[in-house]
Amino acid sequence: MKATMPRSLRILLAGVRPGLAALVAQVMLALAAVGLVALIAWPTAVIAQTLKVVMHSDLKTVDPLVSTQYIVRNHGYLVWDQLVALDAKGQIRPQMAEKWEISKDERTYTFRLRAGLEWHDGTPVTAEDCIASIQRFVRRDPTGMRLGAFIASMDAIDARTFRLVLKEPFGMVLDALAKPSLAPMLIMPKAVAQTPPTEPIRPEQVIGSGPFIFKRDEWKPGEKVVYVRNPKYKPRAEPPSGFAGGKVAMVERIEWLAVSDPQTAVSALVRGEVDLVETIPADLLPLVEKEKQLIVLPFASGQYFARMNHAHPPFDNPKIRQAAMVAFGQEQILKGAVGDSRYFKVCRSMYACGSPLASEVGMKDLVRGDAKRAQAMLKEAGYDGTPVVLPYPTDLAPLAPLGPLLRQQLERAGFKVQLVPMDWQSMGPRLRKKDKPSEGGWSLFASFYDTRDSLDPIGRTVLNTNCKTSFLGWPCDEKFELLREAYSRVTDPQGRIDLARQIQERNTEIVAFVPLGEARFVGAMNRRLEQTFEAPITLFWGLRKK
Amino acid sequence: MTGFLVKRVLSVVPVLAVVAVVVFLMLRLVPGDPAAVLAGDTATPDQVQALRERMGLERPIAVQFGIWLGQLLQGDLGESYFLRKPVVELIAQRLEPTLALGAVALVISVLVAVPLGVLAAYRQGHWIDRAVMGVSVAGFSVPVFVMGYLLVYIFSVQLEWLPVQGYARLSEGLGAWFERIILPACTLSIAYVALIARITRTSVLEVLGEDYIRTARAKGLTDREVLSAHALRNAAVPILTIIGIGLAVLIGGAVVTESVYAIPGLGRLTVEAVLARDFPVIQALILLFSCAYVFVNLMIDLGYALLDPRIRY
Repeated sequence: MKATMPRSLRILLAGVRPGLAALVAQVMLALAAVGLVALIAWPTAVIAQTLKVVMHSDLKTVDPLVSTQYIVRNHGYLVWDQLVALDAKGQIRPQMAEKWEISKDERTYTFRLRAGLEWHDGTPVTAEDCIASIQRFVRRDPTGMRLGAFIASMDAIDARTFRLVLKEPFGMVLDALAKPSLAPMLIMPKAVAQTPPTEPIRPEQVIGSGPFIFKRDEWKPGEKVVYVRNPKYKPRAEPPSGFAGGKVAMVERIEWLAVSDPQTAVSALVRGEVDLVETIPADLLPLVEKEKQLIVLPFASGQYFARMNHAHPPFDNPKIRQAAMVAFGQEQILKGAVGDSRYFKVCRSMYACGSPLASEVGMKDLVRGDAKRAQAMLKEAGYDGTPVVLPYPTDLAPLAPLGPLLRQQLERAGFKVQLVPMDWQSMGPRLRKKDKPSEGGWSLFASFYDTRDSLDPIGRTVLNTNCKTSFLGWPCDEKFELLREAYSRVTDPQGRIDLARQIQERNTEIVAFVPLGEARFVGAMNRRLEQTFEAPITLFWGLRKK
Repeated sequence: MTGFLVKRVLSVVPVLAVVAVVVFLMLRLVPGDPAAVLAGDTATPDQVQALRERMGLERPIAVQFGIWLGQLLQGDLGESYFLRKPVVELIAQRLEPTLALGAVALVISVLVAVPLGVLAAYRQGHWIDRAVMGVSVAGFSVPVFVMGYLLVYIFSVQLEWLPVQGYARLSEGLGAWFERIILPACTLSIAYVALIARITRTSVLEVLGEDYIRTARAKGLTDREVLSAHALRNAAVPILTIIGIGLAVLIGGAVVTESVYAIPGLGRLTVEAVLARDFPVIQALILLFSCAYVFVNLMIDLGYALLDPRIRY
């Protein structure tokens, strides 16, 4: 040993007992040998047709109705299917349904399921499953609850046909059933759908009829989620469009890897260890953009918004809320929060820009960061210097900059602002507290809705101004609610547009919702992937790996 | 020795009891409501309340504690609020990566730090001493995540020798396992190497000034014999102590290292559980870490007796 040990090693081991020295040297050499062999001999095996993806977060719960996290929605679309679905143009198309009929009095909807639909366990999808799923949906989701209030009965006519009867005509039956985001209306087996709507379903209950099968035995939270292609899935014949059309699974297996560190995710993408990273922070984009083997593209988009607490001063005064809306400047906020102008858009509409209801009516002079005008309005409103208590999350990258940005704009207008930094999970309980802002409540917060959740005036919780049921700011405005009620009853597109505009105009008076502009969240994927259609969110059908 | 062992093991019980009570109370006093987190933004106050009742969060804290303690005494750590999986299963899934990471980091640290510390002491004032101390200051000063990014950039992105992220279980083969563990373990061990090397140097220097060292040299022993037979053995007690204390550094560093390298270990599970206010998981993990810390320190205490014949229990 003495003769063969390198001099440097002998010096390092000078302080160790001879017997121990030999042992240590042997261990080190063995480790080095193992390392060398590992580096040389172990191939990086690639399983054909396996897609390795880093999503925007890890999957922690599997019920897309109880959880409104976008990651659970995306999981839901892999496993389950919709009765009807929105296409890329916003039109409602049959999905699991073969067809539907609406009675002349618009009170009876009869749906017929496609033939041959099966759950992942091989049992057939029935009308009873659809009825149970709708019943759970209307007891949990805001849009669903509105529909539920109109439903008189639901009956199965045969195994593939069911009838939904309304107490009176309701214009949003199909819109509710095609709800694409924040708890999309997904059809589950009856036994699963009978789970109370306040109770998340269990992992072993994740049995769908969608294009991919959830591998419960391989789901290791914090490590990976695995889906495999459903060989029995019968895609529709039409090409995929939006959430509708033929959902053709083009890969055998999808692995969502839980990589929480964006820098690591980007390094893994550059190195080719993963195929797709759904969200890349703006500061890491240059690293990705210079890599020729990668394509940068938006996987998500949405609308920032601010919400004031109508129950307590200073924002219990509508004039002061209006002054704040004048003080906020979309462009400055978006520059601060998003940075790269390619990925944000000033949009003074309550509804997603580019969608059928989008309009700037009533909003042209608002959210432009007009501090002088806001100061004058504040003076006129008699603002007494009550601090604006502004909680904001520091651990959620897209939202973290909003707190300081809003404070800056409010202070320029003459408001006193108290920032309350906290983690995201502490925000929810705080926002539900109706206490005075000075006693643990709040005055203002900002957040984000996916574009798919910003298409109408019904689905968003923060647009509820019902004096008895509104929360997260407790706005109370009968006129606004009447307009929303009217919207949910009309069916003709122009009637909806007119009402949506009236709702937006009324919002400029009561300020239930302040649009703060639109952002696109970009990710990147390897060029060996090919998207065969423009998916509205990160969907995995129609995605091919070359 | 047996009496000491029994006494030490029994002394763990009140420590864990205090930890259990404090953790349980702290979790319920900090802001955050697991029911609200689970229910999501669109849930009405009534729905959140219903969920809270179903989860048992509406019961008095004493009742909640009693239920949890009763389950704990039967070996039932409960079920995760969010994952709907038994906590034992979650911990079992995450145990191997953390143990592997900690063990490899510990081996690397001791193998590197002790010889470096001895060498620095032996060559006090020499450039080798200054270099070792300089590197150890750097090891302390550079945050673990920066070191992680740096190693990933060099060995994974540029040289393409090792994978960027993930963990391969031992059952997947030694090669795959080693390939995935070596970079994180090196990252984690750097602060630990710095800590142990500095203490080793100080401790050996102290011993080298003792009379018996001079006597040993006067007897004609070589430097290596003096260092190994007399100096290092007598300096070992503080080194062993710092290895034990450093376990906390290792646990803290493991949280960051596991995040940087996407290793599904207990560190990440802890962070995720805290962020989601997943009380059963947090409680179980803190108890587990406390047990581990107490156990390692017990082993260290026993190690003293092996290294220093003057110490007897």
